[in-house]
Amino acid sequence: MRGLRRLPLPLLRSPANVELQVRVNGEPRSLLVDTRITLLDLLREQLGLTGAKKGCDHGQCGACTVLVDGLRINSCLALAVAHQAADIVTVEGLADDDDLHPLQAAFIDRDALQCGYCTPGQLCSAAGMLAHEADRPSFVTSDLAGPPGPLDAAEIRERMSGNLCRCGAYVNIVAAIADVAR
Amino acid sequence: MATALRSPAIGSSLSRVDGRLKVTGQAVYAAEHQIPGVTHAALLQAEIAAGTVIAIDATAALRLSGVLAVISHQNAPRLAPVDDAELAVFQSPAVAYRGQLVAVVVADSLEIARHAAGLVAVEYDARPHDVLLRPDHPGIYRPDKVNPAYPTDTEQGDADAALAIADIVVDETYETPAVHNNPMEPHASLAVWSGGDLTVYESTQGAADTRDALAELFELDPGAVRIVSPHVGGGFGSKGKARPQIVVAALAARVVGRPVKLALTRREMFSLTGYRTPTLQRLRLGADSDGQLRAIVHDVLEQTSTISEFAEQTATATRMMYAAVNRRTTHRLLALDVPMPSWMRAPGECPGMYALESALDELAIACRIDPIELRIRNEPAVEPETGKQWSSRNLVACLRDGAARFGWADRDPTPGVRRDGNWLVGTGVASSTYPTYRSGSEASVHADPDGSFTVSVCGADIGTGARTVLTQIAADSLDAAPDRIDVELGDSDLPRGPVAGGSMGTGSWGAAVVRACEALVAKLADLGGVVPDAGIDASADTAAEVAALPKLARHAFGAQFAEVRVNTMTGEVRVPRLFGMFAVGRIINPKTARSQFIGGMTMGLSMALFEQSLLDREFGDYLNHDFAQYHVPTCADVLDIDAAWVDERDDRLNPMGTKGIGEISIVGTAAAVANAVHHATGVRVRRLPITPDRLIG
Repeated sequence: MRGLRRLPLPLLRSPANVELQVRVNGEPRSLLVDTRITLLDLLREQLGLTGAKKGCDHGQCGACTVLVDGLRINSCLALAVAHQAADIVTVEGLADDDDLHPLQAAFIDRDALQCGYCTPGQLCSAAGMLAHEADRPSFVTSDLAGPPGPLDAAEIRERMSGNLCRCGAYVNIVAAIADVAR
Repeated sequence: MATALRSPAIGSSLSRVDGRLKVTGQAVYAAEHQIPGVTHAALLQAEIAAGTVIAIDATAALRLSGVLAVISHQNAPRLAPVDDAELAVFQSPAVAYRGQLVAVVVADSLEIARHAAGLVAVEYDARPHDVLLRPDHPGIYRPDKVNPAYPTDTEQGDADAALAIADIVVDETYETPAVHNNPMEPHASLAVWSGGDLTVYESTQGAADTRDALAELFELDPGAVRIVSPHVGGGFGSKGKARPQIVVAALAARVVGRPVKLALTRREMFSLTGYRTPTLQRLRLGADSDGQLRAIVHDVLEQTSTISEFAEQTATATRMMYAAVNRRTTHRLLALDVPMPSWMRAPGECPGMYALESALDELAIACRIDPIELRIRNEPAVEPETGKQWSSRNLVACLRDGAARFGWADRDPTPGVRRDGNWLVGTGVASSTYPTYRSGSEASVHADPDGSFTVSVCGADIGTGARTVLTQIAADSLDAAPDRIDVELGDSDLPRGPVAGGSMGTGSWGAAVVRACEALVAKLADLGGVVPDAGIDASADTAAEVAALPKLARHAFGAQFAEVRVNTMTGEVRVPRLFGMFAVGRIINPKTARSQFIGGMTMGLSMALFEQSLLDREFGDYLNHDFAQYHVPTCADVLDIDAAWVDERDDRLNPMGTKGIGEISIVGTAAAVANAVHHATGVRVRRLPITPDRLIG
């Protein structure tokens, strides 16, 4: 019995490099990038910003979450060239020099991390969620018409469910975010 | 060996000492080390489950600009033969499982490497594969031992005769699926050759063992190989030894003459990094009508691969957990054309205790006895199979104190009667246990005149908090503040320590740290307490101390309590409360210890309700190989999980009086949830995970 034969893909034209202007953690960057590179690989491989993590490369785990124009996105699903002129903030840009972002301090205080690999994504996700999404209803919001209520544990859990943690720090992650959301 | 440590630091909730690095993105993991001239690798995996590679055509790939090499069995350098056949990458055209490594492409960028990998054509000669674990398979055999070196079978008394005359008999088969460790950080290796020396930045739980494996494969002096792994993004056993990707990275770096970075994809991890074997477990309990156990029989069937044997020690907890005069445990294996199973958090105890603790619940119902009382009634005075004294055993305290905290006293045992709207509500309990291992370890400590200390041991902090608790142990041993201590881990050039596995890291590395600090304090006293300008050093090796330990039965214990709600319309199971009470010796750091307990319980909840790797019988691989299809809990799945511990003093373990806490908390969780599901619904699901289709229909 003959096994499967991998069909050769057509040879593509030479990869294209294009110029990309972005702001990363407040700093303007002018870059020449392969059009195939994801925003995550650009950060990690080209800019040496390895805070954003690669956990699945499929947008399923959230470890690569960064803020683009203030909103949280999975940077592994974003092509870098699609983000011309974007303002990008990674976990390296959350702290104000030596002063930790309140979420970073709360994560340490509540021990909301173990191996630390999902942590940058959790932090960026929580920061984007609190800054831009807290006033919008979620799947678990009971009163859709009324004014936005405080984010209780159920709301935080729902809104943070795009970020997987295999060490099982969820209980402490929710507590840490609740400390800051108050 | 009295516990003589003063303890201002031990017992305090010191925040994780590497917490700041981890929340600011400054903790550097394997693939993140910045190495000039680094190249990138993309793998090709076998697309058949059994057979032979007959042709590899890399012409088109090699024509791409930026491609440096395509390496396969056709052109790979020869490696020295080693015991673990999994590590003999590209040494043979034989395919033993779908997903086995066939070739690697090395290129200037990841984008080019991936593109090129898609251009490599591989031709196979496939033979029919055999991938399904089934109890009537003619190839089932008895392994010589089970992991790591336990007897395959044990027998005491006459279990069959006792079962034949028992008042009550439970005879059920429980099934657990294959499950994958899935640490968040995929296995990664960054290999750098410098002359004849090899350095690999690696995601590993055991840098020293990995160094030795590479030295053997590449026929190098161990001193010529260095493994560096300061931060590791979880492992849960899957990074406990060298995996194929490190060999590929080292081999490819030698071929192309430049550093090579290879991070596995999530999908590749499902065939290349080990997993927990599926199990079929027949449990037979014979008891008097008052619940006194007369016979326990635990027969296990599980799988291994054809290229290397891994026999999970699933029935070993049954050998020591409860009193019974008649007992038999057996393990049988079937070697299939599947990826190699391996260690996953509490190998053996975790699946085995699911079965035993489920059967105990069924016995309690049959005897009309409270399940906590049933366990207390069968408490053994000494370790049942060996007759050894317990160093300490406080299971009963865990059951009683845990029950009080959880609110068990008024529980009505009747199943299926508590309704809240569309939800049925129930509670369940199960015991936990894990052996207290300890290995010899080396450690060293350096004192500087400024009052700071550097403690060095080749341990690993894979998220456990090892770096933090070793800081606390050293602080008290040196009578210094924790912020004066710097702990170095994760480097095979450091004093040798055992793998971060078997829940023995703290007990093994910590004891060596204590002894090294004691030696330093003695040296310092000889110098009149003044540290010379050059500093002073001391070291220790606890091999002899460990060999001289009295023979005792050393185990940790616990009790877990679950409250579940089962939706009568959808079959959805929610777990509003999960509580664990543990007896694990002295707790070095309540904060990080609680995190480990609730983390393990979260993984146990996951085992109960979500996780299963589905084998595709047509193609012979694990089908649901990504996080969209392989379900682990999200934040929304985890409600109130908490843990506490009894005050257990045991001075016959190590100088700190600790038992390991990394694994015990995943043991028993699935049974507690399954028992609660039965209490809620009256439906006994004996096959994990408890998905809606198994509850309704």
